Amino acid sequence: MTTITVLDSYRNEKPYPFCPGCGHGPVLDKLNAALVTLEADPSEVVIVSDIGCAGLSDQYFATSAFHGLHGRSITYATGIKLARPELTVIVIMGDGGTGIGGTHLINAARRNVGITVLVLNNLNFGMTGGQHSTTTPEGSITSTTPLGNPEHPLDICATVGVNGAAYVYRGTSFDDELADQMVDAIRQPGFALLDVWDLCTAYFVPKNKIGKKGLEETIGELGLTKGVLYRRDVPEYAATYRDAAAGMGERQPARTIPVEFDSDLDRTFSVIVAGSAGAKVRSATRLYAEAAIRSGLWATLRGDYPVTVKSGHSVSSVVLSPEETPLGSVAAPDILVIASADGLPKVSGLLDQMGPEGIVVTIPEFTDLETRAELVVIDPAAWSGRIPKAQLALMLLTVAAQLKDVFALDALRAAAAGPFASGNLNAIEAGVALASVQPGRAPA
Amino acid sequence: MREFIDGATAIVRGALDAGCTFFAGYPITPASGILMQMMRELPKTGGVAVQGEDEIASIGMCIGATLSGARSMTATSGPGISLYSENIGLAIMGEVPLVIVDVQRLGPSTGAATTVAQGDIQFVRWGTAGGYPIIALAPSTLPEAYHLTAKAFQLAERFRCPVFVMTDKELAMSLTTVDPSSFVLPHLENRPLAAEGAPYRYDPADQVFPMHEYGRGRTVRFTGSTHDEDALITKDTPTIDALNRHLIAKIEDHRDEIEMVDLNAEAGANTLVVGYGITARAVRNSVALARQAGRPLSSAIVQSLWPIPETALGKAFAEADRIIVPELNPGLYRREIERIAGGREVVGIERIDGNLISAEQILEVVG
Ligand SMILES: Cc1ncc(C[n+]2csc(CCOP(=O)(O)OP(=O)(O)O)c2C)c(N)n1
Ligand code: SF4
Ligand SMILES: [Mg+2]
Repeated sequence: MTTITVLDSYRNEKPYPFCPGCGHGPVLDKLNAALVTLEADPSEVVIVSDIGCAGLSDQYFATSAFHGLHGRSITYATGIKLARPELTVIVIMGDGGTGIGGTHLINAARRNVGITVLVLNNLNFGMTGGQHSTTTPEGSITSTTPLGNPEHPLDICATVGVNGAAYVYRGTSFDDELADQMVDAIRQPGFALLDVWDLCTAYFVPKNKIGKKGLEETIGELGLTKGVLYRRDVPEYAATYRDAAAGMGERQPARTIPVEFDSDLDRTFSVIVAGSAGAKVRSATRLYAEAAIRSGLWATLRGDYPVTVKSGHSVSSVVLSPEETPLGSVAAPDILVIASADGLPKVSGLLDQMGPEGIVVTIPEFTDLETRAELVVIDPAAWSGRIPKAQLALMLLTVAAQLKDVFALDALRAAAAGPFASGNLNAIEAGVALASVQPGRAPA
Repeated sequence: MREFIDGATAIVRGALDAGCTFFAGYPITPASGILMQMMRELPKTGGVAVQGEDEIASIGMCIGATLSGARSMTATSGPGISLYSENIGLAIMGEVPLVIVDVQRLGPSTGAATTVAQGDIQFVRWGTAGGYPIIALAPSTLPEAYHLTAKAFQLAERFRCPVFVMTDKELAMSLTTVDPSSFVLPHLENRPLAAEGAPYRYDPADQVFPMHEYGRGRTVRFTGSTHDEDALITKDTPTIDALNRHLIAKIEDHRDEIEMVDLNAEAGANTLVVGYGITARAVRNSVALARQAGRPLSSAIVQSLWPIPETALGKAFAEADRIIVPELNPGLYRREIERIAGGREVVGIERIDGNLISAEQILEVVG
């Protein structure tokens, strides 16, 4: 049982640093009143402030606080809430922060992270000298729009509203009910935003001759409305996440491979398989490598493929060795499998480098390849069964594995067991049958 | 028993075994494997993994989560490190423990997503305003990837700063045979929950006081602005000086706790090859080949890139009159080696065509 300390005031003794008449102070007073009403535990309330004059706010509260980077306050608040959903997380940011961090605003609303965002929207950048922001009304004079702002202002409320925010309110620093609205917003489980318009007496007010009345009128002139604009009963993200995670079970166990066969290999041995992306080149090579591992060898498999993994070439190379770290690197492969025209250009340079001790296993399309290595052409049509494209690489690799045997065929069969066993075993049996009809070769 | 896994798997396992409870990241080849495994595995351990709307959001969420009690990690590649930049500074200034995995790919710019490189070595050190230190580790094998990722969590807590795990496309995405018993966890301590006193302390300058977490019964403040010990913005010159010197001293004065160099010295070898990360494999290999051929050769594999392990490297340099530095970038670490080589000849092998440096290429330079 923990005791909660509620405070008479969630402000500390320090006076606000704002210019005389600045609208930020009165809004913060309302936030203080809201926290008093909520009887919040100050250590369980984290005020995450943005940058600018609005960003100074956290220092005047006796709660926990985080003061981060310009426009990014929502990201820290999201992390805090996701890690500790029981905390009350309140973001205080300016209109400048909502502009530069617009993507975080939209995405936090969309996810419905249970934070409350209080925008101190004074229609300009106060701290940096009254430049225009994304919310500066069209025509307004600022230090960067001397002829009047030519840009259309951002409607913060509509932006988060259409993207799913649980609670959206627009008002001004002069609203009597503001503290109650804040209580309402903070109690809302999902993402809540209060767009509170206020006056920057140092810049926006003198340049635009605007006061309380003018501020209210501007909202109307822009076709915007005040009050609670959206209220939705939507699930909060941190809670939803935890509920979903509860059903996920245990961490995936390591998939261990038993060493149950043996191999006579006493040197580094290299195999390269080239084919089309999406045609299971990597899976076939992986299966071959796992068969080697089952036979006590050490394998490393590298892939080369375009970023679009289902089109173009796919080349996988595997290096086998009786040692954990093979000595030296391999210049030319012992086995080169060419399964399609996509793969050929990627490995054609190797054909020259390979010597007579190497073999190239390929399909009838490439009968004319020039290489000093032994060229083994396998016609899939010669097998009684069907060999789908996705099994071609494994079939050719199976042929190669018999002609240059570094491990037993049964190791390959054992490695094939698993989710795609039937397809893999089909390819392997095809490879066994087709290798056995190779002229001058003894059946495996 | 063996396993056939990629480096991403080893990194994720190292992180989870080290007690990582929060991950946020944005998809980018070749780091996406870490994101996808974290999204799948972390919730099962009671942790949270999020795909952020961008890299800025991802690292920001990690920082917020750490302060609320999580052990956080993010992973990206060069383009994402660019977007992390400002928040790396925040984590330095706010003294927030954070593990950042950089799976390097060939740059500059978008470069080549599926091509290996080691081009971010200086970038992570100097990648944010101010020039204050960070820690960076560089695994060269899967067991090292596991161990050093876990070690990164330990160092992040110990020094309250961002710790980078510098890896690359080859290590993260190639499948390698491993003996699971070679995965060794470093010693890890729990973060003290009942932290007392001010949230920041600068005296003594090198001492790191425990981080306070939100929601543990007392109010806590954090900030990325220049601050006093109570995390209030300050313009007081002596306080600013004390803060900034603390950020340096806490790491630089404790280099001995961070330095990791795998030295393989051979008596009579006057040539030393210094390597790190994926290139270290060829370095180790070149030494083995040279010795097989009766040519004495020594190697030093740098596992802690930053701060520069000057003491350990100094020992490695003692016997050498020539130092060879192979790396997959335009000589980025070589310049650090030159700085501390005490006038010895330093020769770089720089490969920037997307291919790995081979042992034979190193031996050609060894002569
Ligand atoms: C990345 C970055 N760019 C620019 C700045 C400079 N800057 C400080 S405050 C500010 C504008 C703040 O405006 P707003 O958020 O509306 O707050 P206000 O001062 O009006 O309360 C800017 C651009 C910064 N701190 N960080
Ligand atoms: S510059 Fe504007 S926003 Fe900043 S304190 Fe002064 S009046 Fe307020
Ligand atoms: Mg503003």
